[in-house]
Amino acid sequence: MRKFGLSIAAAALLTLGVSSQASAATGAHPPTTDYSFTGFFGSFDRAELQRGLQVYKQVCAACHGMDLVHYRDLVDLGYSEDQIKSFAATFQVTDGPNDDGDMFDRPAEASDAFISPFSNDKIAAASNGGVVPPDLSLIVKSRANGYGGIGQNFLAMLQIKGYASGTDYVSHLVGTGYIEEPTLEDKMVCMPQNAGETDAAYKTRIEEHQAPPGTYFNKWFAGCYFKMPQPLYEDSIEYEDGTPATKEQMAHDVAVFLTWASEPAFETRKETGIKVLLFLAVFTGLMIAVKRNVWRNVKH
Amino acid sequence: MSNHPAPNFKNPVIRWVDSRLPVFSYVHAEYGVFPMPKNLNYFWNFGALAMVVLMVMILTGIMLAMQYTPNVDLAFNSVERIMRDVNSGWLLRYIHMNGASMFFIVVYIHIFRGMYYGSYKNPRELLWILGVVILVLMMATAFMGYVLPWGQMSFWGATVITNLFSAFPLIGESIVQWLWGGFSVDNPTLNRFFALHYLLPFIIIAVVALHVVALHVVKSNNPDGIEVRGPQDTVPFHPYFTAKDSLGLAVFLFIFAFFVFFAPNYMGHPDNYIEANPLVTPPHIVPEWYFLPYYAILRSFVDGWWIYEIFFGWWSEAKLAGVLAMFGSLIIVAVLPWLDTSKVRSCRYRPIYKWAVILFLINFIILGWVGGKPAEEPYVTIAQGATMYYFFHFLILTPLIGWIERPKPLPASISEPVLKAGSGAQFAGASAAKMEKS
Repeated sequence: MRKFGLSIAAAALLTLGVSSQASAATGAHPPTTDYSFTGFFGSFDRAELQRGLQVYKQVCAACHGMDLVHYRDLVDLGYSEDQIKSFAATFQVTDGPNDDGDMFDRPAEASDAFISPFSNDKIAAASNGGVVPPDLSLIVKSRANGYGGIGQNFLAMLQIKGYASGTDYVSHLVGTGYIEEPTLEDKMVCMPQNAGETDAAYKTRIEEHQAPPGTYFNKWFAGCYFKMPQPLYEDSIEYEDGTPATKEQMAHDVAVFLTWASEPAFETRKETGIKVLLFLAVFTGLMIAVKRNVWRNVKH
Repeated sequence: MSNHPAPNFKNPVIRWVDSRLPVFSYVHAEYGVFPMPKNLNYFWNFGALAMVVLMVMILTGIMLAMQYTPNVDLAFNSVERIMRDVNSGWLLRYIHMNGASMFFIVVYIHIFRGMYYGSYKNPRELLWILGVVILVLMMATAFMGYVLPWGQMSFWGATVITNLFSAFPLIGESIVQWLWGGFSVDNPTLNRFFALHYLLPFIIIAVVALHVVALHVVKSNNPDGIEVRGPQDTVPFHPYFTAKDSLGLAVFLFIFAFFVFFAPNYMGHPDNYIEANPLVTPPHIVPEWYFLPYYAILRSFVDGWWIYEIFFGWWSEAKLAGVLAMFGSLIIVAVLPWLDTSKVRSCRYRPIYKWAVILFLINFIILGWVGGKPAEEPYVTIAQGATMYYFFHFLILTPLIGWIERPKPLPASISEPVLKAGSGAQFAGASAAKMEKS
């Protein structure tokens, strides 16, 4: 019986492990960072979020929309209602038709979704070399490809890393990925060796693969050649809170901001979860006592 | 079904209702005094757990349906609206999403418990088959539910799986178009999947009801796999198993809640947070984890594999062979009662078959692991070996071991090992008998 129990426990554990490999990507994983939002009690750093919003607004928003996020959601970042209203009012939104049947422009309100840089996908594609810049609302969650193997993903899950692997990816993609003269090692990161491919064939494949026109080498982009030009440079922007705007700092801040945007209920979820788990722990203890008491006179 | 007389209810309203519609007598007989083998271990919790998860799925599902929009242009955003703007919508959705995985974990353990302790054998064959029917219905429901958020994996998973039916000769193409309601997975497909996803759980409830009725006729099996000989072998369902199931439920809910609140996307695929795009195929299309073992069986059948060439190559294409093997892998579970030639139920007393069942479990996990890997070496060979072993276990090992194995001697009754074991034995037997009366 005990053996069977052990094997079932091992099976359950393995199942959970196996299930995570569905999210294991083939490429290399960028270095991991410790974020303030991981762990049972982790939460976002308001200053990081606010700086991240500034990076998004001044750099990313030139091409990328965030259709699922509303200005009202920014209350999570620590802004007051008035601040949000005046922030929203700096954007113009096309509304209508009015009673005369005309479309009109008005300042955005807190209830509006983030205003997109392009009014439709055709314009977006036409202005960006034929590719629509992806919406960033879910970019972190949808790029959370894990940490490589079943074991790493399982450990990360126990450490409550959530979808921080997506934060790593976004942060490094815009922060450290762009290299003007990539070495062979750099290229090996974004073009991994295929199963069964000889070292010689692999090396030839890498050397022969040239940058297609209109692309930029990025170490963390699968396939190496990325259509997005490098967005961040030292001091691209001037932070309102005076933090030095290094490339890594901006990349980190905007990735954290986009992590929040991927799931604004994130902090509520974890706060609720602590209470639920505490309750269930007590409830389980109680049930152990009840069960023992009920069964105390039965030999079985 | 049990022969206890109806209790004398003190409340006149209950008495009035019960003499016209004996629901209270029924609950009393089937869940109050219903005799349960007293040696059941915690693996017997999983039936009750599955029932609870089914209820949780239906309740959260109904509430999600009130906010969800089954239209290809709106579905993805309506799910995100649930996540962001609906009060506690994120909670409902994460419970529902992880509930599906929990349902399969619970049901898989429930099934392996049945396999290990021989719960499928005479007289429980129909009970077992109803269980397999529930599993198949669950799979259909889960598959269609996964399509509803209309992410990349939703769309491409639906495309791959519905395309399987095109493997059937002559009628295949027509079947697929009929399933789609068009010439590709599109709005009509999403609409009907939503309708069916809402319908099937209620059919599952009906089959679960039959499963429970059959269970209460043949009664629970037990870890010794021997019949109950008398009241000294049993305890009443309440309070003994209400208490034991509640403890199991508490532990289960703790694990469930951990995933819902702290790792809600662990068992999902990040690509499903990208809206479906028929023009962009994801690099690896993988089904949800609980389908991976079957997906591995499906993909094992490729041209040149000797098993395929011997059994199918001369009359069927590899794709059709894979589809048939995948469906066959479920049907074969249903006929297990007739493949097992041993009279002994429990693997406790089956020294050889016990290891066969454990190996089968390990093999099933290997199938799941390899099902999530890309279709390249060495995974293809591993998948083919594991697929062979899956069928080898049912078709060769199970009947063969039943014939050649010498089972250990069975105890005379459920209470016998206990009576032998302890000095308090007589007291135990006496108290159990007393409780049965009270």
